Amino acid sequence: MAKVENQEVKGLTGDQAVAYALLNIDPDVVPAYPITPQTIIMEKFSEFWADGLVKTELVHVESEHSAMSAAVGASATGARVFTATASQGVALMYEILFIASGSRLPIVMAVANRALSAPINIHGELTDQLVTRDAGWVSFIGEDAQEAYDHTIIGFKIAEYPEVSLPFMYGLEGFIVTHALEPVYMLDKKTIYDFIGEFREPSNWVFAPGNPGAQGLLALPDYYMELKYQQEQGMKNARKVIPKVLDEFGEITGRYYHEVEPFHMEDAKYAFITAGASSGTAKAVVQRLRSKGEPVGMVKLRTIRPYPDEQLSELLKDLDGVMVVDRSVTFGSPASIQATDLASALLKHRKFPRVLSSAIVGLGGRDITEKDFEGLYEQLKKDVQEDVSRTHWWGVRI
Amino acid sequence: MMQEAVPSLTDVRFHGRGGQGVVTASKILAEAAILEKKWVHAFPTFGPERSGAPVAAFTRISPTKFTVKTEVYNPKIIVVIDPTLLSKPETYEGLVEGGILVLNSATEPKKEDYPPQAGEIWWVNGNEIANKHIGRTIANTVMLGALVKATGLVSLDSILKALGSYFKGDIYDKNVAAIKEAYEEVKKVE
Repeated sequence: MAKVENQEVKGLTGDQAVAYALLNIDPDVVPAYPITPQTIIMEKFSEFWADGLVKTELVHVESEHSAMSAAVGASATGARVFTATASQGVALMYEILFIASGSRLPIVMAVANRALSAPINIHGELTDQLVTRDAGWVSFIGEDAQEAYDHTIIGFKIAEYPEVSLPFMYGLEGFIVTHALEPVYMLDKKTIYDFIGEFREPSNWVFAPGNPGAQGLLALPDYYMELKYQQEQGMKNARKVIPKVLDEFGEITGRYYHEVEPFHMEDAKYAFITAGASSGTAKAVVQRLRSKGEPVGMVKLRTIRPYPDEQLSELLKDLDGVMVVDRSVTFGSPASIQATDLASALLKHRKFPRVLSSAIVGLGGRDITEKDFEGLYEQLKKDVQEDVSRTHWWGVRI
Repeated sequence: MMQEAVPSLTDVRFHGRGGQGVVTASKILAEAAILEKKWVHAFPTFGPERSGAPVAAFTRISPTKFTVKTEVYNPKIIVVIDPTLLSKPETYEGLVEGGILVLNSATEPKKEDYPPQAGEIWWVNGNEIANKHIGRTIANTVMLGALVKATGLVSLDSILKALGSYFKGDIYDKNVAAIKEAYEEVKKVE
């Protein structure tokens, strides 16, 4: 497809951007249950629905568990399905997330990333999405409102590839993305329709009149393992499909995305690994440090699952030090959530930086500032000098 | 596609109370800047909203794309929408050296009552103008008229265009009249 010139630009918050993408995707079914900071996605989409601008069946459900259950049921009939949630809502869906992926249903879900209770908190943090990494969903994290808009469209395309046939979730951080207004370039209905295409039913069978069958059946030790292996094949296929889809999307929009996005990594001795909104702040700091002659770069991670282990190990090999800047938390682990994945990737490919440190930052919506990144750079150099990989609770008052 | 980060950001902070359209003011300014092909990031103070409580909202503007995603600590421009917040020291927290204040005040402010780092102080009786044209003392849009005259951050025309995505018909016209009057009336404290 040719590039779309003169894309309409509008000032939108991240949540509104998702709703505007949905307006032109016009999904068949959207089960909705409100939770901050996702609320505005469904508020705005409900307005479009009430104005008759979409043909969607909008289902008001009584919990997130029901929202995902309804999504599973609808998707099993061959419908194109979207929902959105955050934090405790993701947690309540957890049981059904596995049913969606195990049933190979290409549901798309936005996660307005928010810290988990207790204590209760409504602000931005990535833990809610990262703890679903074993649930079998293709999982992306975006940096800004534009990426929230674009991932909504890209998600359907990837999920519905017959050889992938997996649900897709994508994160946009609470408030700093969901409630912040930025310029967003938008696509028209026809372009989106031509890009995503007719709904391609992934399995050979869907619930439909005159097409009797069953789904969600028992698979005992004789078959269960083979079915799980097939899911992993779907994830493996996603590794091939994702770059293809991102390229195609780039051709249309001029916005070329990648699973990992290196910035100033040429001749770098040190690097940050980032995901989400803080990546933008990191870019500004890396650029400033570079202008002062500091050998530092960064890699922004877009895809959490499938994990881009090969690309990362290639980018990070032989570096003096790597600092994973992780807006999530796990307890009693060898390192932060994202650093643990990264360590496995490096070991698998036997390509290593000398030091792999991680920083737990910005929990519960605490701002991740340029000063934080400057401090983390100094800390990384210190870790390298002392030849120790550490996990830092960055900026915490002890 | 990696964008180059740029340092030339102008941070504006609006002060008012919950229910006075403080966030709306920050968004109208942002949308006006987008119309002028500038890059923006506009957001409220994050968290629960309470009617009547002091609130702040932010608009960050640059001539070219920027990627920084942090909160605003050192605004170059502070707009006070609610006159009851004029005397609170926290209203001016973090103002940069040489920064600009745009105040909704019934009387001419005295320089010595304001932080020494303020380079320029502009004032207009926003409540009176709002009351006259809109029939309510809610001065969020009015102060945008004062802001663009004082700073030239965006054009008056762009503000009026951006206003169109928030107000229609009669209420739009009334707001336009109020904004234009504030634009004409705002004065610099010498």
